[in-house]
Amino acid sequence: MRYITPRKAAQGLGSSHTGTSDHWFMTVSACALALLTPAFLLVIGSAIGLPHADLVAYFGRPYPAIITSLFIIVGMVHFIKGTRIMIDDYFQHTARKVAIIVSVIFSWAVIASAVFALAKMTFVTLAI
Amino acid sequence: MADVNRGNRPLSPHLQVYKLPLAAVTSILTRITGHALVAGILLLVWWLVAAVSGPGAFAVADWVVRSWLGFLILTGSTWALWYHTLAGIRHLFYDAGYGMEIEQAKQSSRAIIFGSVVLTLLSLILFFIF
Repeated sequence: MRYITPRKAAQGLGSSHTGTSDHWFMTVSACALALLTPAFLLVIGSAIGLPHADLVAYFGRPYPAIITSLFIIVGMVHFIKGTRIMIDDYFQHTARKVAIIVSVIFSWAVIASAVFALAKMTFVTLAI
Repeated sequence: MADVNRGNRPLSPHLQVYKLPLAAVTSILTRITGHALVAGILLLVWWLVAAVSGPGAFAVADWVVRSWLGFLILTGSTWALWYHTLAGIRHLFYDAGYGMEIEQAKQSSRAIIFGSVVLTLLSLILFFIF
């Protein structure tokens, strides 16, 4: 006889022990990205077409730098967990592990590249 | 197993002979647009890194961003981003328990397709005016 109630069996972390927190992370990051998306499009739309020096100065300003870095960091972590769901659906065994590893490494490489570029543009702008 | 009814069992819909309902199409497009967005992000991050690498690197990346290929990728990404955003917002409503009736799902599917196209055109108009 089981001494736990059906509710106790259903609530909590689920069989993978990460499903609930993954889902909650996607919910929170989705809300953040819904707010960031229009701002990010405006920032990028204003930047495309600028001459090189103006572009560096533009991303050296707080608003474009903060919006762009936030969008790319939150977006790529959202992407890691999103591809994870796809990978779990379509890949098995070793292919699944390789795909997850590639997805995580790739996403953090994108984040590091973007943050480095934005940080350098901020310092270049400060130095002028 | 000899007496099992083999002729009259319900069949699961087979993907190749089953016309996907609109809600299923808009659902799978959420996943496709989410993954396809990697193209636009890669192009933009390459462009940002090139801007701090030197004039030569920036000239190449900027030329690609402003070429017809760059326009195609960024316009496609803008649509994918708006689509994924609207479909994601629908997911938040689904999670809260709203809009799960078939008729409501059809309506929200149409709203997502229409809304994403309108927002993409609006983004392009804003881009070319300012």
